Amino acid sequence: MSPADRSNALVQGTLDMLILKTLALEPMHGYGIGARLTQISRGVFQVNAGSLFPAFRRLERDGLIKAEWRGTENNRRAKYYALTPRGRAALKAHTDAWETQVGAITRILKATPGEL
Amino acid sequence: MRIVNRVLDVLRGRGRGQGAADLDEELDAFFAASVEAKMAAGATRAAAERQARIEIGSRAAVRDWVADVGVGARVAALWSDVRFSARVLRRAPAFLVVAVVTLALGTGANAAIFQLLDAVRFQTLPVEQPGELVSIAVDRHGKPRVGMGFRRGIHTVSLWEALRTESQAFASLLAWGTDTWDLSATGAFQPAQGLYVSGGYFDALGVRPYAGRLLTAADDHWGCGNPGVVLSHAAWQTRYGADPRVVGRTITLNRRPFEVVGVAPPEFFGVEVGRSFDAAVPLCAEPLIRGARTATRRKDAWWLDVMGRLKPGWTAEQASAHLAVISPGVFDATLPATYDAEAAANYRGSTLTATPAATGVSTLRTQYATHLWLLFGGTALVLLITCANLANLMLARASARGREVALRLAIGASRGCVLGQMLVESLMIAGAGVAAGLVLANWLSRTLVLLLTPEGGRIVLDLQSDWRLFAFGSALAVGACVLFGLSPALRASGTNPGQALQPGGRSGTESREALGLRRALVVSQIAISLVLVVAALLFARSLRNLTAVDLGFQPGVVAATIDLNRTAVPPDARLPLLEQIVERVRAVPGVRHAAETFLVPLGGSEWNGRIALRGTVQDGVVYFNSVGADYFTVLNTPVLSGRAFGPSDAVETPKVAVVNEAFAKRYLRGGDPVGQSFEMDGGNPRPSFEVVGVVRDTKYLDVREGALPIAYVSIAQDPRVPPLVAILVQSDTPLAALAPTVTAAISGAAPGVSVSYSTIDGSVRALVRTDRVMTLLTMFFGLLAVLIAVVGLYGVMSYMVTRRRAEIGIRMALGADQRTVRRMMLRESGLLLLLGATLGLLLAAAGARYAEGLLYGVTPWDPASFALAAGVLGSVGLLAAWVPARRASRLDPTIAMRD
Repeated sequence: MSPADRSNALVQGTLDMLILKTLALEPMHGYGIGARLTQISRGVFQVNAGSLFPAFRRLERDGLIKAEWRGTENNRRAKYYALTPRGRAALKAHTDAWETQVGAITRILKATPGEL
Repeated sequence: MRIVNRVLDVLRGRGRGQGAADLDEELDAFFAASVEAKMAAGATRAAAERQARIEIGSRAAVRDWVADVGVGARVAALWSDVRFSARVLRRAPAFLVVAVVTLALGTGANAAIFQLLDAVRFQTLPVEQPGELVSIAVDRHGKPRVGMGFRRGIHTVSLWEALRTESQAFASLLAWGTDTWDLSATGAFQPAQGLYVSGGYFDALGVRPYAGRLLTAADDHWGCGNPGVVLSHAAWQTRYGADPRVVGRTITLNRRPFEVVGVAPPEFFGVEVGRSFDAAVPLCAEPLIRGARTATRRKDAWWLDVMGRLKPGWTAEQASAHLAVISPGVFDATLPATYDAEAAANYRGSTLTATPAATGVSTLRTQYATHLWLLFGGTALVLLITCANLANLMLARASARGREVALRLAIGASRGCVLGQMLVESLMIAGAGVAAGLVLANWLSRTLVLLLTPEGGRIVLDLQSDWRLFAFGSALAVGACVLFGLSPALRASGTNPGQALQPGGRSGTESREALGLRRALVVSQIAISLVLVVAALLFARSLRNLTAVDLGFQPGVVAATIDLNRTAVPPDARLPLLEQIVERVRAVPGVRHAAETFLVPLGGSEWNGRIALRGTVQDGVVYFNSVGADYFTVLNTPVLSGRAFGPSDAVETPKVAVVNEAFAKRYLRGGDPVGQSFEMDGGNPRPSFEVVGVVRDTKYLDVREGALPIAYVSIAQDPRVPPLVAILVQSDTPLAALAPTVTAAISGAAPGVSVSYSTIDGSVRALVRTDRVMTLLTMFFGLLAVLIAVVGLYGVMSYMVTRRRAEIGIRMALGADQRTVRRMMLRESGLLLLLGATLGLLLAAAGARYAEGLLYGVTPWDPASFALAAGVLGSVGLLAAWVPARRASRLDPTIAMRD
């Protein structure tokens, strides 16, 4: 059981989608991905290592991302993750499904008595 | 266990593995990047590091969580399932043993028989492009063949030569003949399986030498004299000790020297499945080896087998059509001059045919195909019973474990978890059974080959473990295991655990339909086992008939076959020599009687032809033998009227014959047969024989044959004694002790002669060997099936009693006595038995016709066998049902009702 759902308010499975989205912009190392998620979500999601690393392994195992050791802009070595074609397809599918669900949930939540 | 756990730790990445180091390094990089970011935002290094550490948290925890993602975690979960299942199974050893043993027997027997079938029928030859090979045969359209026939002989030399020049369908043609050679240079007969091969034989098959060279077209030209010999790899290993310098060595074949030119590769056994060869010489060496018996110069000697390799783009059908076109020309050109008008017309009317021969040719195929298919059917039935039994066992277990499953579900196991563990458990049972089956299969198929191998002979088969069939059988068994093994979990997960766990409550896992299913399984088991028992009884009766059959002579006779070819004796001096040999053998201590004969009864050789009465050739074939004066005395064949041969019958006196009852009945009707005469067809003029005596009918070639018309002529009246004759000896001395003294006596008269021994008893045994094997195997299958079925019945009945305890208690409390209860329970089993037996009898009657050709003196619908089978199964079944019925009748009603 991944600790992601225990320590975050993230909906289960959402973290994977967010990581894929982050990597769709450019290949990135672990800390960078976490920082980018925090930054884009304006601090709503604080994703720690205990959630990120199992997610990386899971995505790597399923062939959605691939990893490579490279030098960073600060001359350190870091493991960079990049999207595979399968990962790109999975992201597309996840996003579509997510948008459908969110749209539906939003409509329900905003429904007025007249509509019901 | 500890080792496995450590391995699992490493798999999960908790050890010092590669994955763990990588993760550490990545965490370091993460930490560094985090610190840098915080410092860039204005924090001091110390504060940044502290904050980063807090954010990352426990590294060990991260490692653990990461480990749970990998395959290792699944392996670990599986391992715990395996351990749990092992514990569960260890608690039910009887169940485990029964399940594994039935599985092993079912799959093992099946795979073994299929291995044999496959080796005999389906495997392609280990040669280049076997798919291009066709076997060329002669279709005589049902007409008889005239001349001298050898084992598997299909062509004559002249046919083979005509084929080579006339046919255009083949890229290459090859011919071979078989023979048994004596490998010894001086001493006792050392038989070896010999091949005469055409020069292109090895090239056409694409066989490459293991050592030296193989024979080529250059070796094979008529009058080649003394060419080289090629040894098989096996013969080189066993007979010549794998001598690396064997090439160039000289060996003797029938006392003629031959130089070894090469060794064939290990996988090459020839093209005849079931037979191998020790040595091969070119066709042209045949006259040298066979001597006076040579078939080379006779246009009516059938001793060659021919195969062709199709030209690219040709099919066997096209080749056959082509052969049909050239047939008239070929048969015209090769017509033997000795044929009369009828034989010549038959010969000319024959057609050459080509049939695909990628799997080689085999006499085993025709000989044993029906047997093997029948056995295969038997094993398939055993497999079916096995599956039914497994299903039954699993269902029984399911009902017993309903509460356990409910408990596990109640304390929080997920349905998937329980199902997974049950799956593992079922697969473990299936795996153990299938593994045992594999071992059994190899052992069984080898034993079968041994059982089928004639005494002194060899059947060489490439027995490969057949994965397709074994996979099929295993899949079936595993399927049965898994399907019925999972049922407790499936059922239990559909019920309310709380209800199932209530004391005394039925677990709800054994519903009405489950019991119905178990009853149906028992009925089908009974039915199938009845079929097998019927088969066993039929074969047993057939075998008893065969062994009790009246041969017409006493089988306890030794035959010493001597080959006068190999002595320096000229043909016209053979008769006195033979008489001298018989005299000496008669004088050997322990020998009661001795007589010379051309053919040994049931020895496998025949001499037949037609006879003419008063100038008219008669219908039907008459069997001949040329025998010495004491022949009938040695064999204890009674002379019914007239006399046997005597000293008065000599070369100069008129030719006489002794005939058997069948001959007299068929050809010498009207008046006393003694004194009448007949002519032997074939010679010119036809030799005439006066019948001087009638003897009892005897078996000639086979135990199964009816009374054949036999005419015996006197060997003493034959100026040209055949070179291969046998001395029949009647004695109480065992063969092992007798043989050396008889050999000494024969050698005394004819130094250098080679002698080989056989017994008529042995021939009889060989002739009924397949029947014995069939009886043995069907008995085995039948017994197995009955055992399994009875266990199944017992299981169902025991369960019934447990289930109906309360009811029985009430009945007894209301006044039912023990007898009534017992009868009630027995009625239930009786019904199942009756149903199963009826079904089984119908099945057996439907399947019996497949055994028709294999039975002797008993019809496949033999009522006695059917009745006996039903009786045996019924009584054993009732016995098995009686035990639970008695238990039911001894219940204490007060206790039974309280539960």
